[in-house]
Amino acid sequence: MGGASGAPRVGIVTFPGSLDDRDAARAVRMVGAIAVPLWHGTHDLEGVDAIILPGGFSYGDYLRAGAIASLSPIMAEVVTAAEAGMPVLGICNGFQMLAEAHLLPGGLIRNDHGNFICRDQRLRVENTSTAWTSGYAPAAGDSASGGAGASGGAGWSGGAGRSGTASATGDFASSAASGAPEITIPLKNGEGGYIASAETIARLEGEGLVAFRYLGVNPNGSMNDIAGVTNARGNVVGLMPHPEHAVEPGFGPDTALAMRSGTDGLPLFASLLVSLLPA
Amino acid sequence: MSDTAETAAETAARPVVDSVEVATATPDKVQPYAALGLKPDEYARIREILGRRPTSGELAMYSVMWSEHCSYKSSKIYLRQFGSKTTEKMRKNLMVGIGENAGVVDVGEGWAVTFKVESHNHPSYIEPFQGAATGVGGIVRDIISMGARPVAVMDQLRFGDIDNPDTARVVHGVVGGISFYANCLGLPNIGGETYFDSVYQGNPLVNALAVGVLRHEDIHLANASGAGNKVVLFGARTGGDGIGGASILASDTFDAKGPTKRPAVQVGDPFAEKVLIECCLELFREKLVEGIQDLGAAGISCATSELASNGDGGMYIELDRVLLRDPSLNAEEILMSESQERMMAVVQPSKLDAFLAVVAKWDVETSVLGEVTDTGRLIIDWRGEQIVNVEPRTVAVDGPVYDRPVEYPTWIDKLQADNALSLPRASDAGELKEQVLTLLGSANLASKSWITDQYDRYVMGNTALSFPDDGGMIRVDEESGLGFAIATDANGRYCQLDPYFGAQLALAEAYRNVAVTGAVPVAVTDCLNFGSPENPEVMWQFSQAVAGLSDGCLELEIPVTGGNVSFYNQTGGAPIHPTPVVGVLGVIDDVARRVPSGWQDEGNNIYLLGITREELDGSAWAGTIHDHLGGRPPVVDLAREAALAGLLHAGAMQGLLASAHDLSDGGLAEALAEAVLRFGVGARVWIDELMLRDGIDLTTALFSESTGRVIVSVPREDDVKFMGLCEGRDYPVLRIGVTDSGSDGAAALDVQGQFAIGLDELHATHRGTLPARFGATAA
Repeated sequence: MGGASGAPRVGIVTFPGSLDDRDAARAVRMVGAIAVPLWHGTHDLEGVDAIILPGGFSYGDYLRAGAIASLSPIMAEVVTAAEAGMPVLGICNGFQMLAEAHLLPGGLIRNDHGNFICRDQRLRVENTSTAWTSGYAPAAGDSASGGAGASGGAGWSGGAGRSGTASATGDFASSAASGAPEITIPLKNGEGGYIASAETIARLEGEGLVAFRYLGVNPNGSMNDIAGVTNARGNVVGLMPHPEHAVEPGFGPDTALAMRSGTDGLPLFASLLVSLLPA
Repeated sequence: MSDTAETAAETAARPVVDSVEVATATPDKVQPYAALGLKPDEYARIREILGRRPTSGELAMYSVMWSEHCSYKSSKIYLRQFGSKTTEKMRKNLMVGIGENAGVVDVGEGWAVTFKVESHNHPSYIEPFQGAATGVGGIVRDIISMGARPVAVMDQLRFGDIDNPDTARVVHGVVGGISFYANCLGLPNIGGETYFDSVYQGNPLVNALAVGVLRHEDIHLANASGAGNKVVLFGARTGGDGIGGASILASDTFDAKGPTKRPAVQVGDPFAEKVLIECCLELFREKLVEGIQDLGAAGISCATSELASNGDGGMYIELDRVLLRDPSLNAEEILMSESQERMMAVVQPSKLDAFLAVVAKWDVETSVLGEVTDTGRLIIDWRGEQIVNVEPRTVAVDGPVYDRPVEYPTWIDKLQADNALSLPRASDAGELKEQVLTLLGSANLASKSWITDQYDRYVMGNTALSFPDDGGMIRVDEESGLGFAIATDANGRYCQLDPYFGAQLALAEAYRNVAVTGAVPVAVTDCLNFGSPENPEVMWQFSQAVAGLSDGCLELEIPVTGGNVSFYNQTGGAPIHPTPVVGVLGVIDDVARRVPSGWQDEGNNIYLLGITREELDGSAWAGTIHDHLGGRPPVVDLAREAALAGLLHAGAMQGLLASAHDLSDGGLAEALAEAVLRFGVGARVWIDELMLRDGIDLTTALFSESTGRVIVSVPREDDVKFMGLCEGRDYPVLRIGVTDSGSDGAAALDVQGQFAIGLDELHATHRGTLPARFGATAA
């Protein structure tokens, strides 16, 4: 694994209409990994150790968001690699592609209120044992970002919640274990409503495959407040909110401590360093 | 005559190409110049220039390029002041000035910023969604044309009365169109303005601003030089949309009885534009382009004639090579089409293959139309015939210039005499509190988050400030933290009372809004929205506003780098209030030193900078509480504004300011409420000392809109330094309160001895107004 320096190489695929590819690359670099730009029109994964499908409006969201991109040449390689266990993360439009490519169950539809929405979104990390979420496990939090040599400064503060006034119990009842970590990261989408058959929802809930759940406000009408899901193996994760926009103090969401100081997205990228460690 | 006979006659006539040869042979043919928006004397002048009648293709080109929108024929004699009132010192950091697609300013460290604001008012009224969307698309292409990567947008929106049923139609369309287009382009929307006033009912204003960044060496210009270089059209195919958009839509007044002008509105495809941006940036990076021009108003007519005029003066084009969306388009339609997402480049023959390879990589369609020549003529062939043979400058540069009649509007005397002195003041603390809340929830002062939450403010990861802070701020250099701040303002009510000082007030406020972020204001762009130039009173307002703005820029020593004029903003006989939107760009060495507009910590001292006078004429208080507009707007003192900006910059660089918020619409009361709402930290405020020092009453203290004022919060340990700063610069300062989260976490705005309003009530009042009219979203 890894480049000459030993740091993992993370491929970020640019599709026509990708927008957050440079942001994802920045987040990867901030945890000490190497960002490798990949191009949609080739079959070349360039020997990367993990793949991120970034946010944006690939192909202008024509047909359905993510539908055309999921048929790109490189997606054949992404599917093969994911099935072989390579960590694959889909953010927003990338999540939509993973659903269209059937690497993750369910689908994303137009927000129930009909509008694009951009907001700082509270989430509960429901499953901290995936390749992309282990950094949120309360015990692992410090070692994950610390071990990665994160240059972000303010590390994630653990499950206590950053906001002094925010209540962990929130507005909806769920079966999730209490004490699951809460984070706040930006959300911005027009087609973020998660749907799946009742059977699939039951399976996701039963097998712990809901990775992230909206807290406080369900911003788009997602079923069961689902913000992100994982496959059973835990290597493929997709979510609608944007962890890559909460990695650098000064440019993330507001927190009780300071304006735009939120870096709750950083542990997600740092998780990868742990999951790619040689067994 | 039956319909079929007409159609047959038309069909029979169509194959005849109106070539230069035919035009010469048929000098007396009647031409539809009036339908294309040309006046009889303008048509006569075209015949004089050519020494014959124009071909139908030439007529199409002249008609769009000589339109008000493209030629600035009514405004040109005034706009010259922006150049003549720019000193050498002001030019120091100006790399490209007025006249190009957008101005370029040196911001240091080898970086430059290009920015411009432009109107898309008329299309946005007819077809709000597409009109607003293509407004964003057009201004972004101006930025790309300079060689820059676009990095931010903001919009200046003015709608009719919020309670008029038609307003919701326009608001939903415009906001949806901007959201659709700019979000898909991946550009953060970092600020802007939204106002509601019945004067905009029949003529909403949709202005769009874009900012781009580039390295000094990457500047590109719109010129076609080097005979033999190829002229290439790339991007979207040319269709029948937007034909005559500039000449027919933007250069005429809406007539309620007239035919619908909807076919003249362009249709946007943001995905095509996003791909075009990345494609252009790669072309620039590989140095494959000599000159470049976007296709906006007047389409191919504009791009060919402007490129040729700015270069060696000659160009040869084969119009049949234009890739068409609709093959039935005729030559005139192809020349006039305003189809979006198209660019025209000048490419050296030796680099053409490399150029085509990059364009193919991005799946962008391309066609080589012709080449640059040294003939001094723009020659266009179509179907084997020469249909255009003109000197390009006569089309693009030397259009008509009008010194239109100007007449002082005598009604303004009566309006100015009807001041706010006699308006009743609140009789007790309860009524005062009611007025504060009424203003806070009024259409123009209420939170605009219903709109701004539909825009992506995070994309690109460099947004250091955005709404609701006073200015937007973007990091330019990720290593050094170098960044820019930008804010725009316009107050049509002030301009109605006095257009000269109204324009200066817009400048002063935008300047102050940049200064409170900690940045140093350096340059100006403007979008001058007015009624019909054929109305002498409107021309008086226009002449006053341009004089006020250019005098103001000279005094502040910041140059106007570019902008746009939008006339004919009226339906029927009633023009809009004069609305000169002024955008100010500032530079900050390190965005980490930026200052937010609200209070984050308790226990900080709150200071009011500046003097409060009884200036309620034209204020939000007069308008909202008393439905009154009259008197004279607040006094502008630009030397004071410059001193205040210097003080704020020093305070920010020394890290003394926990927050800084400009006082404008709604006065001190509104500013205090917004500072509480920004992060949910309350305040205890006392105003007796202020009333005593400035000799003013309670209403004036809370609602006056005197200029040169800012509230700042300062950590206690920095008090001495901060007071020393104000004293050293001799700027009036008064401690008026302290930030306070309240007991039991119940934050409030507590104006001591008067009233207290809890955070929840402030929040509900401020946030409730727009969703109540336009529907709830996930807030």
